[in-house]
Amino acid sequence: MAAKVKQLPSRGGTPAEKVYLIEIFKGMAITLKHFLRNLWDNSNLYVRHYPEVQPDIPARWRGRHRLLTHPDGTPKCVACFMCQTNCPADCIMIKAGTRIDGVTEKMPVSFTIDLAECIYCGYCVEACPEDAIRMDTGIYAFTSSNREEMKIGMTEMLSLKGGFPEEEYQKGLEGE
Amino acid sequence: MNDTALTQLQEAFPSATCTQVIDTAVLDVQTDDLTTTLTALKENFGCDLLLDVTGIDYLTYPKPPQKERFRVVYTLRNWRDNLVVQVRTGVSNPKIGLPTASSIWESANWGERECWDQYGINFSGHPDLRRILNHVQFEGHPLRKDYPVDKRQVLMESDSLEAPLKARLASKDTGHEAMTELGTDVMFLNIGPAHPATHGAIRFAVALDGETILANVVEIGYLHRGFEKLAEKHTYNQVIPLTDRLNYCSSMMNNIAYVKAIEKFANIEITERAQFMRVVLGEFYRILDHLVCLAAAGVDVGGLTNYWYLYDEKEAAYDFISKLCGGRLMSTATRIGGMYHDFHEGWEKEMEFHLAAIEKGAGDSQGLMEKNRILQDRMQNVCRFSPEQAISFGLTGPNLRSCGVPFDLRKDAPYYNYDAFDFDIPIGSNGDVYDRFMIRYEEIKQSIRIIRQAMKMIPGGPVNVNDPQVHLPKKAQVYTKIEGLANHFKMVFEGVHVPKGEWYDGYEAANGELGFHFVSDGSGTPYKCKVRPPCFYTLGSFPAMVEGSMIADAIVNLSCLNIIGGELDR
Repeated sequence: MAAKVKQLPSRGGTPAEKVYLIEIFKGMAITLKHFLRNLWDNSNLYVRHYPEVQPDIPARWRGRHRLLTHPDGTPKCVACFMCQTNCPADCIMIKAGTRIDGVTEKMPVSFTIDLAECIYCGYCVEACPEDAIRMDTGIYAFTSSNREEMKIGMTEMLSLKGGFPEEEYQKGLEGE
Repeated sequence: MNDTALTQLQEAFPSATCTQVIDTAVLDVQTDDLTTTLTALKENFGCDLLLDVTGIDYLTYPKPPQKERFRVVYTLRNWRDNLVVQVRTGVSNPKIGLPTASSIWESANWGERECWDQYGINFSGHPDLRRILNHVQFEGHPLRKDYPVDKRQVLMESDSLEAPLKARLASKDTGHEAMTELGTDVMFLNIGPAHPATHGAIRFAVALDGETILANVVEIGYLHRGFEKLAEKHTYNQVIPLTDRLNYCSSMMNNIAYVKAIEKFANIEITERAQFMRVVLGEFYRILDHLVCLAAAGVDVGGLTNYWYLYDEKEAAYDFISKLCGGRLMSTATRIGGMYHDFHEGWEKEMEFHLAAIEKGAGDSQGLMEKNRILQDRMQNVCRFSPEQAISFGLTGPNLRSCGVPFDLRKDAPYYNYDAFDFDIPIGSNGDVYDRFMIRYEEIKQSIRIIRQAMKMIPGGPVNVNDPQVHLPKKAQVYTKIEGLANHFKMVFEGVHVPKGEWYDGYEAANGELGFHFVSDGSGTPYKCKVRPPCFYTLGSFPAMVEGSMIADAIVNLSCLNIIGGELDR
C-alpha cells in the first residue's frame, strides 16, 4: 500500500478523435442527458430564488456578533479585553468602567466592533471566558454606504437575538 | 533524511558547519564558498530543486547566532532521496550582498528578487534585480525589523515595464531587428491587471511579432498585503485566519500546512483522529481547488457547459464546509495541536454525497473535454516544458508532475499516514498545457480514493492534544475553575511558546509544495514567518513558457497553471 506513479496516456492519436465528429456527438449526448433530466425534474438544480428563499445557516456559522446578557438583562461582558487581544484584525475597541449593577466589578462603557475590518474568524468567541460574545445571529449580509455605519456599538449588539436554539448551538460546538 | 547524508555532507564541505534541524540538513558557509557549495549540492547531491530564497534580519533577535545583522537562506531539495538542505550565509554588507545563484537555478531569479525587495540584500550578477512584491516607487525594505508595520506610503505612478521588457527582448535572439526591413515593427501590448483572463490581478507586458510573443515580463504584487510582516505581530494561532487568505481556493490546506510546520518543530504529536481529519479535509480541498482551475480553464477555451458541471459541485460542497467550519470560503479550521471543531453529526453521509456528485460532474466534464479535438488542438504541444526546465524553475505539484517528474510529497516524504493509503500519482507525458489540464482530473479521482479509504480508517477520540501549554482548555473549565481560567488567559495573551530555532517544513498543497520557513525566538509570536507559495515560482517560469507562443496560448497556459493571487502576492 503506497502511492504508485501512473503516466497519463497521450491523447489525440486515434482515428475517432481525429475525425472530430464522433467525439463531438458523444459530448453532445452528455449535455443532452443533463438537458433532458433537468427538463423532466428541475428540483435538483443548484438555483436558489434568493432573496425570497434564504439559505440554511448552520449553527457553527460565523455571522454577525452579539453580546449576551444574564437572565436579568445585565450584560455578561466583564471588559477583560480577551476578545480585543485575540482579534487578528484589531477591529474590537472596548472601554472599561466600574460596574454599577453589582454583578461584577467591571463592565464595558463602550464596546465597538468595526464590521468593515472584521474578518469573521471567530477568535473573539473562542477567547471569551464568560460566554459573553457569540457570532450566532445567523446574519450574513449587511451593507452600508459609509464606514462609520459599519461600526456597531454595545446597544445594538446587546439587542440582537441568537439565530438558533441554545441546544442546537451547543451541539454544533461539540460536533460528533 | 538518513544519518549518512549528514556525514556525507560534512565530508564534502569540510569548511561548512553541518547541523540537523528536524529533517533538514543545515549548512552554514562563508560568503566566498556560497556559489561553489550550491553548485556542488546541485551536481553531487542531486539537489536540483531550489525551493526558496529568503533573508533573516537579526536586529531585535535575542542573542543572535551570528555577528552580521542579515543572513540569507537557500532551501534546496533532492526530491529523489527526500533530502532537504538549507545553505545559510551571513551578509556583512547588504549593499554588496552575495553572488547570485540565478545561473545555477532559474528559480533563484525570482527568489532573490523577492529577498532584495523585502530585505534590501543585493545579489551581484543578478540579471533582473528589481522590486517584485512591492511597487516600483516603494521606499525601504518592509521585512527589515526597523521598518514599522503600520508605516504607509502613497504610490501614484504605475510601472511602465518598458525597460525590463526591452531588456528581455534584447537578450533574446528572436530576429526581431529584421522586422523593420519588412516595414513592420515589434508591437508592445499590456494585458491586465484587471483582465478577465488573468483570473485575478496580474499584469503582463508582451512584445509581439504579429500574434507571436517575442518577450514577456510579469508584474505581480497587486494583492500584496504583507502577510509575512503581519505574522510577526501576531501570535502563532492568530496567524491561522490570515493563512486562509493565501490560496483562498483551498484555504484549509494553508491552515494545515501552517500548523503542521509548527507542530513538527515544537514536537507536538497530534491525535490520530486529527491526522485523519486533516487528510480527509486536505484532499477534499485539493479537489475543490482543481475544480476551480478546470472550470476556469474550460471557460478560457470557450467551454462554458463544462464550467457548470464542475462549479455546481464545488458550490454545493461549500454547504458542507460551512456546516463544518462556520464559513464558506475561509475555513480557519485548524489550531496548533489539532482542529477547532470535530466533524459535525452526519458528515460521512454528506461527504459521500458530495464525492459522488463531484465524481459525476468531473466525469461528465472529462467526457466533454478529453477527446475533443478542438481542445486537443488548442492545448497539445502548446507551451511545452521539459522535466529539466520545470525543475530548474522550481515548479512543484501538478504543474511539475505534468512535465513528467513524479515528485509528490505525499509519496516522497509521507506525513499523516499517507503511506498507508493506496493511490496513484499521475504524471504527464508531454509537459504541455493539455497535460497540465488533464492531470487535474486524474488527481481529483485519486483524492476521492484517498478520502474513501481514510473515512473507513478514521478512529474516534479527541481532535486536540491534551496539553495545557499548547491548546486552550475546555470552555466548561474556563467558566467554572480558576485554573482553567488562568490557563485560558495565559494562552490567549502569550500564545503557544515555540522553542527557539529556525526551520522549514513543506506540505503538498493543491498547487504544489507549500512551505513555511520560521524563525522563532522562543516567544509565542513568530520572529519571522516566510511562505514558500507554489504559485510564485510557477509564475516565475511563465515568461519562458509562453515566449514563442501566441497570446491565446499564453492565456490558456495561465489558466491551466492555476495561479492564485492570494498566495502569489501574500
